[in-house]
Amino acid sequence: MTAFDQASARKLKNSEQLFTGTEVDKGMKSAEPLITFRNVCLDFVGRRILQDINLSIGRQEFVCVVGPSGCGKTTTLRLIAGLLQPTSGEIVYNGKPVREPARDIAVVFQDYTNALLPWRTAAGNVSLALEAAGVPRTERPDRIAALLEKVGLGNRGEAYPSELSGGMQQRLQIARCLAQEPSVLLMDEPFGALDAMTRQHLQDQVLRIMDQSGTTVFFVTHDLEEAIYLADRVIALAPNPGRVAEVFDIKLPRPRNQLTTREDPEFLRLRRKIFDFVQESEA
Amino acid sequence: MKGLVFPLVALVALQILAMVWGIESDNLASPVSVLQAAWTAALDGTVLTAASHTLSTTLGGLAIGGTLGLLLGLLIGLVQPIDRLLTVSLEFLRPVPSVALIPIALLIFGLGYRMELVIVAKGCFWPILIMTRAAIRGIHPRLMEVSRMLKLGPVARIWKIFLPAALPRLFVGLRLAAGVGLTIAVTVEIATNPYGLGYAVMFAQQSFRPDLMFGMLLWIGIIGWSFNAFLLFAQNRLFGRAALVGARS
Ligand SMILES: Nc1ncnc2c1ncn2[C@@H]1O[C@H](COP(=O)(O)OP(=O)(O)OP(=O)(O)O)[C@@H](O)[C@H]1O
Ligand SMILES: [Mg+2]
Repeated sequence: MTAFDQASARKLKNSEQLFTGTEVDKGMKSAEPLITFRNVCLDFVGRRILQDINLSIGRQEFVCVVGPSGCGKTTTLRLIAGLLQPTSGEIVYNGKPVREPARDIAVVFQDYTNALLPWRTAAGNVSLALEAAGVPRTERPDRIAALLEKVGLGNRGEAYPSELSGGMQQRLQIARCLAQEPSVLLMDEPFGALDAMTRQHLQDQVLRIMDQSGTTVFFVTHDLEEAIYLADRVIALAPNPGRVAEVFDIKLPRPRNQLTTREDPEFLRLRRKIFDFVQESEA
Repeated sequence: MKGLVFPLVALVALQILAMVWGIESDNLASPVSVLQAAWTAALDGTVLTAASHTLSTTLGGLAIGGTLGLLLGLLIGLVQPIDRLLTVSLEFLRPVPSVALIPIALLIFGLGYRMELVIVAKGCFWPILIMTRAAIRGIHPRLMEVSRMLKLGPVARIWKIFLPAALPRLFVGLRLAAGVGLTIAVTVEIATNPYGLGYAVMFAQQSFRPDLMFGMLLWIGIIGWSFNAFLLFAQNRLFGRAALVGARS
């Protein structure tokens, strides 16, 4: 059994679980993965960064990626985004190899300050995505208002990014990504720079939005608890060169809850297991 | 306001010295006679004629040189291979002082407006080119990635991302170029071209009128300062928000 087959089998198991879980209404469209890594290797200036990555991500799946700093999490995300090309192997999205960024794949960057346009208001920043998608001028205001409302910035449309807090700026970036109406949302440590309270609040907001829109999420974090709390599946990468070390299925009921989910014995068991695993692999 | 204390004290001291020792001569003039000459020159239209020549060549040169510098700067800022291709030739041309072109421009255009315009344009070209290139290079790579992820076309990228992001630095380049342009215009007028503020200074000196000579210098200072102040004002008015954001970060 190849790694790819293993991944598919896991995916299937996962979809059964989803199907019997609370997610029935989403309806699993097909067992075919949405994104597949086939023997992907990547070199930067002669150094091997990613080694033989085989991975598949199902439609509407929430995948979290964890691993030590520098192990290639961001690089993996950028490969899916089409911002980077693999040295060998291929990434298949929707049955086609990824060659360049696609309009229905959106990226939430970690450094929201650099990713927002400081000379545009919050509404203007969201508008950029609509303009890029060719949404007629007259339709934009309503769409912008709805998107800002969705991320809880309904009354801050006229504020400039510099006038918003870190958490608000990151929500604004998420709103701009949602304006793309993406099938896949790639998030690179989106809450890394935020305090614990804001973080939990945004985690729930993202879970709710994803639940409504049925978006597939690829979420990079180095917070193991965050990964378990959010994910259907946690992928642990190992460094030097970056490779998939282990995949953990997260069979926690949805909708998740900051208190009950985190106290769930299964949550604690998974946390223990993944912590142990990470500690071992770092030793 | 405190900045004005020193020059005022110095001027008063100079005036007292002039009155005590009587330094009126072919080379020097007392502050009061300089002010008088400057005032008369303003009233009889000398300043207006001269300044309109100098300012129109400066603005014209700025427009021509600046536009070319902006376009080339955008091109080499955005397209790496062109940058590599042109860097050597540009670095070779850059140190040639603008005023060294006077003989060539004189040959081609003769005395007058056009030769001065060309030399000023050449002088304004460089600061704008270099600042544009630096401004484009200075745009955070994340913004490039955002525009790639949104699949913005090349025109939208330049218009909606690159230009606004580069604007604060572009305006610094514009103000730099305006200063350079004015300097070159006056230099050309002093060196050869019998028009404008520079020529007025030369003319006063050659007719043994130190008061008028310093008076015209005073006007050049005032005009240069107002020009820059006007550009600063325009910068705040036109791009208020963008310029501010850039200046702060
Ligand atoms: N542009 C680049 N050129 C050369 N090497 C790079 C480049 N970008 C990343 N790397 C290298 O690739 C490796 C993986 O980087 P990556 O940014 O994917 O790590 P990461 O897992 O996201 O780390 P972190 O948790 O710190 O964000 C690192 O060793 C890094 O040094
Ligand atoms: Mg990273």
